Amino acid sequence: MDFLQQAINGLGLGAIYALIALGYTMVYGVLRFINFAHSDVLMLGAFATFYITPRLEKMFGPQSILGVIVVFILVAMICAAIGMTIERLAYRPLRNRPKLAVLITAIGVSLFIEFTCQNPHVFGAASRPFPALLTETKYSIGGALVSSTDILVIAVTGVLLAAMWWIVQKTRIGTAMRAVSFNQQAAALMGIPVNRIISFTFGLGSALAAVAGILYSMRSPSIEPLMGVQPGLRAFIAAVLGGIGNLPGAVLGAVLLGLLETVAGGIPGLSNYRDAIAFGILILILLVKPAGLLGRATIEKV
Amino acid sequence: MPFSGAKRWLLVGIALAVLASYFGDQFNRYYVGVAIDVGIAIILATSLNLINGHTGQFSLGHAGFMAVGGYCSAYISLRLTGHAHAEWFFPLSLLAGGLLAAFVGLLVGVPSLRLRGDYLAIVTLGFGEIIRVVAQNTEAVGAASGLKGIPKYTGLGWTFGLAALTIYVITSLVNSTYGRGFIAVHDDEIAAESNGVNTTRTKVTAFVTGAFFAGIAGGLYAHHKQFLSPTGFDWLKSIDIVVMVILGGMGRTVGVILAAILLTLMPEFLREVAEYRMIFYALLIILLMLLRPNGLFSFKFKRRAA
Repeated sequence: MDFLQQAINGLGLGAIYALIALGYTMVYGVLRFINFAHSDVLMLGAFATFYITPRLEKMFGPQSILGVIVVFILVAMICAAIGMTIERLAYRPLRNRPKLAVLITAIGVSLFIEFTCQNPHVFGAASRPFPALLTETKYSIGGALVSSTDILVIAVTGVLLAAMWWIVQKTRIGTAMRAVSFNQQAAALMGIPVNRIISFTFGLGSALAAVAGILYSMRSPSIEPLMGVQPGLRAFIAAVLGGIGNLPGAVLGAVLLGLLETVAGGIPGLSNYRDAIAFGILILILLVKPAGLLGRATIEKV
Repeated sequence: MPFSGAKRWLLVGIALAVLASYFGDQFNRYYVGVAIDVGIAIILATSLNLINGHTGQFSLGHAGFMAVGGYCSAYISLRLTGHAHAEWFFPLSLLAGGLLAAFVGLLVGVPSLRLRGDYLAIVTLGFGEIIRVVAQNTEAVGAASGLKGIPKYTGLGWTFGLAALTIYVITSLVNSTYGRGFIAVHDDEIAAESNGVNTTRTKVTAFVTGAFFAGIAGGLYAHHKQFLSPTGFDWLKSIDIVVMVILGGMGRTVGVILAAILLTLMPEFLREVAEYRMIFYALLIILLMLLRPNGLFSFKFKRRAA
């Protein structure tokens, strides 16, 4: 029974990591760099929810389902705009520079957002309670306690993953994304507006991060400016674990990591080493399969 | 910098360090403290420059090696307190810290240097975090509450003497026949390999050497601050060192030293606006990458000072 309980908790956590990991992996797919600021978009999503929810409750009544849907959509749009702005201001000017320069800029952007939000005149470093978006009920399934939040997390993630698959595989813009990720120059020559596609990718990834931010905050009671760092790091490990740039790989890596983390957290001596375990697994896998679980090994041509 | 010049600089540096250590007591203690911070930063930045700059391997875990060296030498010093000549063992404890850091560097380097670019950055970041988590959970080194009461052995003499030695060893290494391999790996790994450079070995050598000096810097830091906390070695610290290397211009020794000095002094000057200091710092990183990606001190007419 205990195992079932942990499997459900782990799946919920893994689902959130999957949403974040998709953002990392999509951006890596089109631009070949790790967007360190991604985890901060998640945090901004949680804070946007914090400020928007009380206002919407006046309109829709407290904890109404319609209100929550509006919150999700609004916050996703806000974060998509933030993600696209970051790309436009910080990453686009560096388009043809070495990858390392972009990577460092990404670290800079991440630090900038974190320190700005920690400033007492912005959000302040203290943590604050996250509003209860929906009333939580607990169901007992086969002896395991499943909260409605967990079910919501898994359901929302499932729907979004399906939507993502549809966008990437079936739509015109998804085809363009895959083309840009396959070969940017050739895509540009075929008339694909590369900059617009990259911007769209950032928007999509950031919207997913926003949803993940809301779901993550619903599971943990409080939010603070550095709240994105831990889930961001895990999701990022998950993306690399599955093979960065590979969408199903990111989901697989995220679920694996969520499960492992929950199991390790349940073992008394190991719980303090959770960060080390996540990185340890990553390193082991990279040593055996340097391109990740589902990634393809690329051979450098001369 | 011509090869013969390196030795001269070493002598001048050590002479100045010895001189400073004699008169060190007469200076304001605050200034001496800041000067030691600068010296440690120079060692850290120069050693990371060997890995990130000269060899072109992007490591994000330098603070981890610093932590290993710091904890090791502090532990030895604490064990020896009470002995009559405990202070005489200070250089030995620094050396032990450096060697242990080098050993850890070897353990980290051999498997991870097979990876390239982003992956290497992630793995080194991961190793740095693992070292921090281990320190946080090891009772023998104070666990999360940190290691307290480390004797204050670090002075101007030791710091700048060792900084001069670090610069000397690394510049001579890079300028040696063997050291050309580092630059070859940096410029084009495949071309280097096909010209007979053992790229893996070259990368591991750079990594181990860099880790050794980071360990020494960690030991100096421990005996300067007299307190070590695992949170002091998180990845923000690694980023600090990386920024010094980038600001100075990857692979430009003089630039990197200047950047280490500048970035260590900057927070002291920005004390008035402490609230905005880190925001300013983050903006600096972004603007630097947008406007001067080759470093603050790089000019067109200057040849690459390897």
